[in-house]
Amino acid sequence: MKIYAEENNGSLRLSFSGELDHHGAKGVMKTVENLLDEYLPRVCVIDLSELSFMDSSGIAVILRINKRMNGMGGKAWVENPSGQALRVIDASGIDRVIRVIVQTR
Amino acid sequence: MENLDYIKMEFLSKSVNESFARAAVGAFAARLDPTLDELADIKTAVSEAVTNCIVHAYPGDIGLIRLRVRILERELLEITVKDGGVGIPDIKKAREPMYTTGGDDRSGMGFTIMESFMDKVRVRSAAGRGTSVTMSRRIRRRKPRL
Ligand SMILES: Nc1ncnc2c1ncn2[C@@H]1O[C@H](COP(=O)(O)OP(=O)(O)OP(=O)(O)O)[C@@H](O)[C@H]1O
Ligand SMILES: [Mg+2]
Repeated sequence: MKIYAEENNGSLRLSFSGELDHHGAKGVMKTVENLLDEYLPRVCVIDLSELSFMDSSGIAVILRINKRMNGMGGKAWVENPSGQALRVIDASGIDRVIRVIVQTR
Repeated sequence: MENLDYIKMEFLSKSVNESFARAAVGAFAARLDPTLDELADIKTAVSEAVTNCIVHAYPGDIGLIRLRVRILERELLEITVKDGGVGIPDIKKAREPMYTTGGDDRSGMGFTIMESFMDKVRVRSAAGRGTSVTMSRRIRRRKPRL
């Protein structure tokens, strides 16, 4: 599990790569909280294009980020989940609380 | 009948074993020639069931997780994940979407994901004696030309 962060003009892009399960989720959450504290972004883009696996632990991470951003008066959304991650997102119905942008190509 | 087979294993309820369990079941299921989507669904369901044992069954403790994977009939994969932990007092409630006793770290979507990714999910539990989750999924047979 790796996280890459890129800040641009108040927008923070968090790119997740590898597998996000319960084993990795604690470290992920801590890293993400620190990044949000450091940059205090207005927008947080959760880029899942490089994520090869995610389960409900990933759903909890996404919901936490969304809550944090809403609490700061900002916004978050999910971009480009891979096939498996998208199926998990669809099954959990979180697209009712956070925008999920799927690029068609 | 030539396909009937099973594996059994047990491992400790340490989170590092989550990816191991997914990979082991995936490797065994591969002989049914699943599509990549089917394989991903199976691994995701296993991840949910095993994570539940690690997170909920043995709070603050390490216990045993038993995993059995069977090929029943030619196209039917059955997975059982069993723990000897605290048990689930109200199974019906536990299976409801968003129900969790895990607080902010959990989303309460584990059973919902298992149910939508597998054909059948059966849960048995006894307070103080443990929980067993049996899930099955039919893998359509395809005709490879090579
Ligand atoms: N093996 C188990 N032993 C004891 N309790 C369990 C077990 N599996 C599930 N539960 C109970 O059922 C509830 C619902 O489980 P489910 O997997 O749907 O959600 P969760 O684990 O709480 O959250 P998520 O799976 O989204 O991380 C759990 O919160 C827990 O109370
Ligand atoms: Mg769970």
